[in-house]
Amino acid sequence: MPSFTLLGQALVSGVLIGGLYGLLGLGLTLSWGLLHLINIAYFGLAFLSAYLTYHLGEVYHLPPWYAAALLVPAFFAAGVALHWTLARFRVAGLVSLLVTFGLIVVVEAVIQIVWTADFRKLELPYLTASAKLGPVYLPYMELTAFLIAAALAVGTWAVLRYTYFGKAVRAAAEEPSMAAAYGINHRANALLIAGLCAASAAVAGIFIALTTTLAPSQMFAWFGVVFAVVIIGGLGNPLGALVAGVLIGVAESMTMALIAPAWAPVVAFSLLIALLIWQPRWL
Amino acid sequence: MAKRVRRATRRAVLGGLAGTAALAAAYPLRAAPSGAPVRIGSTLALTGPLAQTSLIHKAVGEIYVELLNKKDGLLGRPVEWVLLDDQSKPDVARTLYEKLVTVDKVDLIIGPYATGNILAAMGVAQRYGKMLIQHTFGLPHLAKYEMQFPSSPIGPEPNKTAPIPVFDLLEKSKTPPKTIAVVASKFPSTHFIAQGFRAEAEKRKIKEVVYLEYEFGTRDWGAIAARVKDAKADFLYCGALGIESVQLLDALKKIDYAPPRHYHQFTAPGPLMNAAEGNHALAYTYFEEHEPFTSRPGAKEMLPLYRDKAKAMGIPYPFFDFQAAASGTAWQLLEAAVVATKSLDDKKMAAWLKGAQLDTLMGKLRFDGPNNHGPDLSVVKQVIDKKWVVVWPENVAGAKAVLP
Repeated sequence: MPSFTLLGQALVSGVLIGGLYGLLGLGLTLSWGLLHLINIAYFGLAFLSAYLTYHLGEVYHLPPWYAAALLVPAFFAAGVALHWTLARFRVAGLVSLLVTFGLIVVVEAVIQIVWTADFRKLELPYLTASAKLGPVYLPYMELTAFLIAAALAVGTWAVLRYTYFGKAVRAAAEEPSMAAAYGINHRANALLIAGLCAASAAVAGIFIALTTTLAPSQMFAWFGVVFAVVIIGGLGNPLGALVAGVLIGVAESMTMALIAPAWAPVVAFSLLIALLIWQPRWL
Repeated sequence: MAKRVRRATRRAVLGGLAGTAALAAAYPLRAAPSGAPVRIGSTLALTGPLAQTSLIHKAVGEIYVELLNKKDGLLGRPVEWVLLDDQSKPDVARTLYEKLVTVDKVDLIIGPYATGNILAAMGVAQRYGKMLIQHTFGLPHLAKYEMQFPSSPIGPEPNKTAPIPVFDLLEKSKTPPKTIAVVASKFPSTHFIAQGFRAEAEKRKIKEVVYLEYEFGTRDWGAIAARVKDAKADFLYCGALGIESVQLLDALKKIDYAPPRHYHQFTAPGPLMNAAEGNHALAYTYFEEHEPFTSRPGAKEMLPLYRDKAKAMGIPYPFFDFQAAASGTAWQLLEAAVVATKSLDDKKMAAWLKGAQLDTLMGKLRFDGPNNHGPDLSVVKQVIDKKWVVVWPENVAGAKAVLP
């Protein structure tokens, strides 16, 4: 029988990794749900941001918050430029999946040329520090990533739900021509959303650099689980992505604690299949 | 303890003399090579999840070919290495070896990196009757092809032999372990050896308090770490590949736990050495940068060149360790076989290697055992003061093991 400490620690671990899943899924869910672009280039952008964070920290000794101040606006601009290019060539739907997959391959190659295929890891003393809550430890970095993921998810949800901009974006996603007839500039709104998606990828990348070891091919290891998060959470639903991320993270972690770590990868897809069969209203 | 060194037979002595002569013949400086190049084909995992280690093999191969061409090449002809990227995928490796043999028509082939890709290349080599010298095949019982030769002295049964020096070392400590936690990747070669560690622990009456298998590419180590901490074992065996050791130790540190003693099977040496929690980690090796290893044939020449090349290639851990030595040894074996037989005939070279005993970067190699394997020459290394040092067996140790 596993101890309560083990279960508590596994629960914390699952919730926190779920935050990172949600953060990585945020850009994809907004792009897919609101812009009808399956833009998986966000994985590439997230890892590019991770490597840049590593580089700024390792070579220029810049702390991660300086990296964030540089990278988030830069990636916002890159996201806008990318969306403008995709819109210019009328790339949408499944074609966008292929095009953005190509972009990921390019990003991976660039990363490998610049930083080689070898492992890269930021070695800073505070990266492995933890707070203690009873017998359970809360790693600061993972906790910060979770809190920022939650703040971004709630903030984005609130903007989409309560502001004129959010309503305009949702209206344009439902019926672009009708929204345009009401004076909504959906092209400009789409650029803004794409910029926010890329900026969220930059944030995810910063936390990937702070919590894991980097290797170029690792970006592909996140694909499956983040796709599951986005689909379970509901396309275009930032809160859903976070909740689904936590759901999958906890399910994986509990599987590791109670059964065997080798079964954990099965969990995300089993959940996805079960929910697709069940088809709840929110899916 | 199993007997690891066989009595020298007349055949072994003669083989050793012939092998040493072949290697020695390869070293003196001669005229520049001329004529059509001898083309040697291979793939490496230049991209994909195995690319980190393949970089080492690429660097060593390039240095070796450069050194060959500065001397007399092979048979007086310059050497050209036709290197392709198998993307860490066995199916791609198989296709590319087919291409190397049938389209590029290379004269010789040499192995790719990692077990799955080597097995794929071995099938192609067998189909076309090519000799295959490979450096890192972790499942020797599957290497049935009679013209394949391992440059790593892993032995025919590494699952039985690799655990012995580790447990011997631990038994010499003041407090030999009574309990063991085993965390093992499902990657085939690490999984295979991990099962041997479990069996050896059982044989030595060390109680296994937790056994955890995980998939290659696991992202979340929190729950695994929590189970390891919960088990409170005297000794942690980490049957890990690459960076996974560091990821597990990081996760353990985040929950304020440091295993009293820990051993890592195929770890990434640089990140583990540099990590604070990697101090006193034990690991598997055949070669480290200190005596007596640095006195092995070719080491003095290769080490500084490798250091410079690795730095130029941006490899963060520029030390010549067992992966580099395995790669260098594969080239040494190929060169020795060509020089000794004075031909590029695969069958002749394979027949010669089978009876040879060669003094190489990886030690004295023989190929007269099952599936062309000689004895297991693995040793135990440890991170001491941010440096890897062999600590067991005592006759090759560069420092005394630190075992709390």
